[in-house]
Formats: sequence, structure tokens, C-alpha cells
Amino acid sequence: MSLVAVKPSPPSNDKRWKIVDATMRRHGHEPRALIETLHTVQETFGYLDDQALRYVALSLRTPLSKVYGVATFYHFFTLKPQGEHACVVCMGTACYIKGAPQLLEAIGQKYGIKPGQTTADNRLSLLTARCVGSCGLAPAVVFDGEVVGRLDKSDTLARIEKLICAKPAEVQHDT
Amino acid sequence: MTRPSVPKPAGVAQPQVVTLRIDGRDVSARSDETILSVARQNRIDIPTLCYLDGLSGWGACRLCLVDIKGTPKLLPACVTLVREGMEVTTDSPRLQKYRRMVLELLFSERNHVCSVCVSNGKCELQAMAQRLGMTHVSLPYRYPRLEFDSSNDLFRMDHNRCILCTRCVRVCDEIEGAHTWDCRGRGIETRIISDLNEPWGESSTCTRCGKCVNVCPTGALSQKGTAVAEMTKRVTFLPYLTLMRNSDEP
Repeated sequence: MSLVAVKPSPPSNDKRWKIVDATMRRHGHEPRALIETLHTVQETFGYLDDQALRYVALSLRTPLSKVYGVATFYHFFTLKPQGEHACVVCMGTACYIKGAPQLLEAIGQKYGIKPGQTTADNRLSLLTARCVGSCGLAPAVVFDGEVVGRLDKSDTLARIEKLICAKPAEVQHDT
Repeated sequence: MTRPSVPKPAGVAQPQVVTLRIDGRDVSARSDETILSVARQNRIDIPTLCYLDGLSGWGACRLCLVDIKGTPKLLPACVTLVREGMEVTTDSPRLQKYRRMVLELLFSERNHVCSVCVSNGKCELQAMAQRLGMTHVSLPYRYPRLEFDSSNDLFRMDHNRCILCTRCVRVCDEIEGAHTWDCRGRGIETRIISDLNEPWGESSTCTRCGKCVNVCPTGALSQKGTAVAEMTKRVTFLPYLTLMRNSDEP
């Protein structure tokens, strides 16, 4: 039995889908290109929505649930649009012991957001990661891609304030 | 979720016959068999929850942990291949302690309230607790608030009873070929999901075959219309289907 593979068309006319298509083509539309493709979608669109997940699943002939599973397993991928600035609190063992939960609590109290959420004005996203590999700097927080270590509550809040009050810089989605 | 498949011994084209000792008994086996299957062939029963004959090994429940002489770690028998000269212990006070701890962790993680469960009396988790002599749970219960998916018109999914054995995921992928189920997230946040975390009833891939319901060891997946202790699972289809498929292979 031979099935003719129908190439699905992108969900919209957005030119950015061409970048995603290029990644999939480079890997021959093999199911194993899943993580690579999701990386491209995350970097191009900033997040993965249902539409994107469906398109990737269909193009790579991968089950929908598997795509969703991979997208939620890795902290790099986000299913919701991110704010202008990202603050990633490391929750690895070393950072956890050195007080990462207290940092999270302090940020949560000041900005009223939980990990994974974005403030209403879309200025700040609070995220967590399971070890960023800077255990010697515990507790470490990544502010827009910049790792800062040995933080306490006031340092963290001051840095976030500096970050979101600065003039709108280019948005980075490195988490 | 990527599947940890049973590793194949490198550079061995034809399976060889090896001899090993399980609980002091000399047994022979093919080198591509797992410790669990060899033990069961020799009527040595190792407790399991996630393993099911006819599905791939997964190593999720950690109940089949065995002690292998010369290895400091305990290894899961369902995904560990036999080797020449292995000395395996399947039962010891240490293993019993670990197995009871595994069960206590399973019971405390979600809301396993047997008295109001559809699978009461027919539940593999409950039976395992009785068999391994788990008299109480020494850990504090978490009592998480979990969802209940009743959107499918034939079946329902109760995340409160799920132990994440992934039997449903594997039977849907390997036997039915639909791959409707998978796992979302990681660690304590892991949940069984259908398609893109959609209600089961709205799934475009589900064929409503009910295989997942029948392989579920607990009351997590059940048929609608069943009340407390009324859900009986039938897994007899699985060895049959597997046998028929394997007989097609050259």
C-alpha cells in the first residue's frame, strides 16, 4: 500500500513559515526533525501555538500528542506569547537550596505573576528552568539571556526593575 | 515523550544462548531476552505495574527492580537484558522495602481512594499493595486537584487514579496505531493527554477502540456507566493480537 504524502499548506500567509519549512526540508520532513523544527518555530514566532503544533505534526507525520508532549517537556519551548523581557529563575537543586523559591515568591508578590505567566502590561515574563548549568553561582537567574548569580531578593527585584524600565531593547526569547 | 526501547546488544546478529542464575537457580536464556521474561518463564514472579505482555518495556513503575551481583544500582528487570554469568536476586528484604516505598509514593502522589473507585477489587495497584504487604502510607498525601475528562461518549479518564504507567500510550501507539495518548510536561506535572491536550471526546485521532481502557491497571480509564467496583478490564485481546502480528513476520 502506498500513501501519497500530501504536503500541508502553512496555517497563514505569514512569510515566517518559509523559515520553518526550510528547517523541515533540510531534514527531509523526517519525524526525527521534530525538536529541530520546534526550535525554529520558537525562535521565529517566539512561542508555539496550537496552529503551529498542528502544522509541524502534519508536516512531519508525527502524532499530535507526541508533538505536544515534546513541546511541554522542554523548558525552552513556550506555548504562550512571552513578554518583552524574560526572567528565568533556575530551580535546579543547588539554586533551590540557596533560595530560588524565595526569589520566585518575591517576584510573584511584586508583579503578581506565577512562573510561566506574563504581566498584564506584557513587560515581564517569569519562567523557571531545571538547572541552567551555573550551580556555582546559585541561586542563578537569567535576565534576558544574561546569567546572574548569587542573588538575593532585593538584588533580583532591582535588576528586574532596571530591565523593564530600560528602553525597549530587542526582544530575546532565549530561555 | 521518547520511548526508552529495550537496548539491543551491539554487534550480535544472532541471539546467543546465555546461562545465568536467578534466585540461586541456573537458567538459560536467549541474549535478547529481558530478566523479567526469563524469570517468568522459570516461574519466578517479579512484581510489575507498567509492564504488560505484548507491549514494549518502559521501566516506569520501578517495581521490577532487581539486584544484580556486581552492580551497585538496582536495575528494572523489564528493560534489562540478560548477560552471561549474571547473578540476579529478585526478592530480598531490601527489594521489598524499595517496592513498598514505590507503592507508597504512587499512593501519596494522587487521589487513590479505593472505596469510591470504579476499579475497587479489580485494581492492579490495590492488588499489588496487598501482595507486597503495604499496610500504610508513611508519606503525607498530596491531595492534588486533578481533572476528570468525561467528554468521550463511551469512556472517561480520571487523572486522580492515574499512575503514569503509560500502558495506554503504548497500546494506542503500538497496537492500535493511533497514538492519541501521550505524556505532557515532566516530573510531578506530568499528565496523560490526548492530541494537543484536548478533551478526549474531541480527539480527531481516537478510534474509540477501548484498548487503552482495558490495559489501564487502575480506575484511571473506565467505561461509562460503571459505578464503584463495577469496572472489569479485559486484556486477553493483547497476547492474541501480538501473536497474530508476530506470526506474519518472516
